[in-house]
Amino acid sequence: MDLTLTGAEEEFRRRLRAWLRDTLPGLPPEPPADDWPARRAYDCAWQRALHDAGYAGLHWPPEAGGQGATPTQHLIFIEEAERAGAPYVGANFVGLLHAGPTIAAEGTAAQRARWLPPILRGEEIWCQGFSEPDAGSDLASLRTRAVRDGDSYVVTGSKIWTSYAEIADWCELLVRTDPAAPRHRGISWLALPMNAPGVTVRPLRTLAGTAEFAEVFLDEVRVPATHRIGAENDGWRVSMVTLSYERGTAFAGEVVACRRTLARLARTARANGRWDDAVLRRRLGRLHAEFTALWRLVQWNVSEAAHAARTGGDGVPGAGGSVFKLRYSQARQELYDAAAEVLGPESLDARQEWTAQRLSSLSYTIAAGTSQIQRTIIAERILGLPKGR
Amino acid sequence: MDFRLTGDQRALRAGMRGLLAARHPHERLRALADSPSPDGPRAPDPALWRALGEAGFFSLRLAEKDGGVGLGMPEAVLLFEEAGRALLPGPLVATYLAAGLVPGAAEGGCVVTALDGPGAAEHLASADAVLLLDGPAARLLRTGAGGAPRALRARPVRCVDPTTPLHLVRQLPRMPDGSDAALPIDAARMRLEAALLTAAQQLGSAFRTVELAVSHARRRSQFGRPVGSFQAVQHLCAEMLVRAELARAAVYAASLSMEPDEPAEIAAAKLLADSAAVRNARDCLQVHGGLGFTWESDVHLHLKRAWLRLRQWQSSIDSEELLANTLLCEASHIPERLPANDATDVLDAENVTA
Repeated sequence: MDLTLTGAEEEFRRRLRAWLRDTLPGLPPEPPADDWPARRAYDCAWQRALHDAGYAGLHWPPEAGGQGATPTQHLIFIEEAERAGAPYVGANFVGLLHAGPTIAAEGTAAQRARWLPPILRGEEIWCQGFSEPDAGSDLASLRTRAVRDGDSYVVTGSKIWTSYAEIADWCELLVRTDPAAPRHRGISWLALPMNAPGVTVRPLRTLAGTAEFAEVFLDEVRVPATHRIGAENDGWRVSMVTLSYERGTAFAGEVVACRRTLARLARTARANGRWDDAVLRRRLGRLHAEFTALWRLVQWNVSEAAHAARTGGDGVPGAGGSVFKLRYSQARQELYDAAAEVLGPESLDARQEWTAQRLSSLSYTIAAGTSQIQRTIIAERILGLPKGR
Repeated sequence: MDFRLTGDQRALRAGMRGLLAARHPHERLRALADSPSPDGPRAPDPALWRALGEAGFFSLRLAEKDGGVGLGMPEAVLLFEEAGRALLPGPLVATYLAAGLVPGAAEGGCVVTALDGPGAAEHLASADAVLLLDGPAARLLRTGAGGAPRALRARPVRCVDPTTPLHLVRQLPRMPDGSDAALPIDAARMRLEAALLTAAQQLGSAFRTVELAVSHARRRSQFGRPVGSFQAVQHLCAEMLVRAELARAAVYAASLSMEPDEPAEIAAAKLLADSAAVRNARDCLQVHGGLGFTWESDVHLHLKRAWLRLRQWQSSIDSEELLANTLLCEASHIPERLPANDATDVLDAENVTA
């Protein structure tokens, strides 16, 4: 057990801090949430800045154009960027955390050369086409069909909950290539150009009132067979790499942010008199414990991943990510529920930052595997309970 | 940074598990629970206490020149976690804290219990000495075996935990009292160590009840299949593991950052470990069904011990209040960035500074 940093890691942190301190003041103001082209430009500019400073694809392997940083260095980056108030990964999320790592791990040399550099330079945005109207938690039942026709697949179907679809250049798409095979074995992973004829994007309005995701309709869209990552019908296994990434360290920065929000909540409660309410005060105290422990759990999971990477594994966060994701998603909702108690009637103002966050936090127990799915994963894969029906 | 246990730490933990399996086997725990009479087995058993002393359990953190093992708080936490897992009875924390202060404590040659202000004291009648914490002061009451209840005018209660004899003390004796002596130690620091080592015991119990629940859910069959294949049961077990894992991250981290001026990590560890132990025992009971409600099952022993430990050293209320207050201190270090809402800024009140 050791939470101290090595000399090299401290040096990495020191240089990163200096770079953030010099760079952040020069950034343009953050664009409004509903201005998609402006958000794309802002997120891409930040990614480009990271690239030029040597921080792009920190956790990607060098042969994929990444920096080959250790999981610990990656965690330091996440922590420091959040502390300094740096922009979030934003529209680059799918490219950097899903599609990119998948192509890095499973793609051919030509495929890596085509798709990875533009992700790292902040030139191309990816979105994710996994869920379908009838395939949510039961993702393997997806029905979007891809029929081989010469050098292409002809894809027909629809995808849903696709974040950043409106501004994406590419979509990591799961399609059914063999309807006769057992459901997990007839799926392939395709890189779909979003500007191809037959692709229609219909934005969906979330309960928060924003258009954060969309439905994507595919009507006989032709996708070159060279856009397939991995073997035909091996897409399920290929896609699992990306899902593990999302459940691992993807929320580490948010834990740092939540801890700061909690302190701001305390200060607000102190200022408006709600601090005198012992029930509320103790609730904030308990949340302090939860988020302290969640950060330690991130460090625990990162240590496990680093060990796996050193001993020849892939460094991909494992099922332990489910434990973290399950608790974090719930704690985040409790945080903003507590914020509403602190604000009192002000919390009914939809323009309140914490009220907007309260609304968006409702997606956390659903997106990236519902809490129910996470519990089943923990029960069956970690605890070894017999499979349910 | 490598948060995982080192090879030495894993070996230490395995050694402790082996020692407890040999010296405090399950039959002994059951015998203690089933016959809490003067004729039944005694806790703490002097031979077991001495074996723990020989293994370095009480002297772990004493420097080697003082007859100790010279290891750190992380190692102590691992050993106390094992003790909690095996429901080892006895004033383990108090005797550990007394090592180096009370002759014989480090070797397991005497039993020391403790009182942090008036309240409940465990194993008082077996104690050779009592550590009395009273605000910032700490002192020692040497009574010899059997003398402590009288010296403290303690009232025996039948403890809900059948393996822990308990006395209630309404008032600590006053300072100048021939038999006690002020100790040159930091009482605040001692409380922090005690809270963390108590949390470690809760952690061990929390993981043990996960194992018990899972093992029962795999064996027990209803409606023609193991009950562990039902989602309702699976999801109870999953939440149990989440609680235990979160508590572990907090307890282990707190053992690495033992700073008396940073008590929040320890408060978080105690709070989450208390919750994990109590709630896991409750869910474990539920998974066991009717069997869980019987005396014969071990589940109630975990629940009752967890209730006892929750009241010791830092109650949940204490932990939560402490954590709330450290939030305010942290808030004063964060640059002012108000909720983005210019029209209804609640912070425009006069006392913005926390």
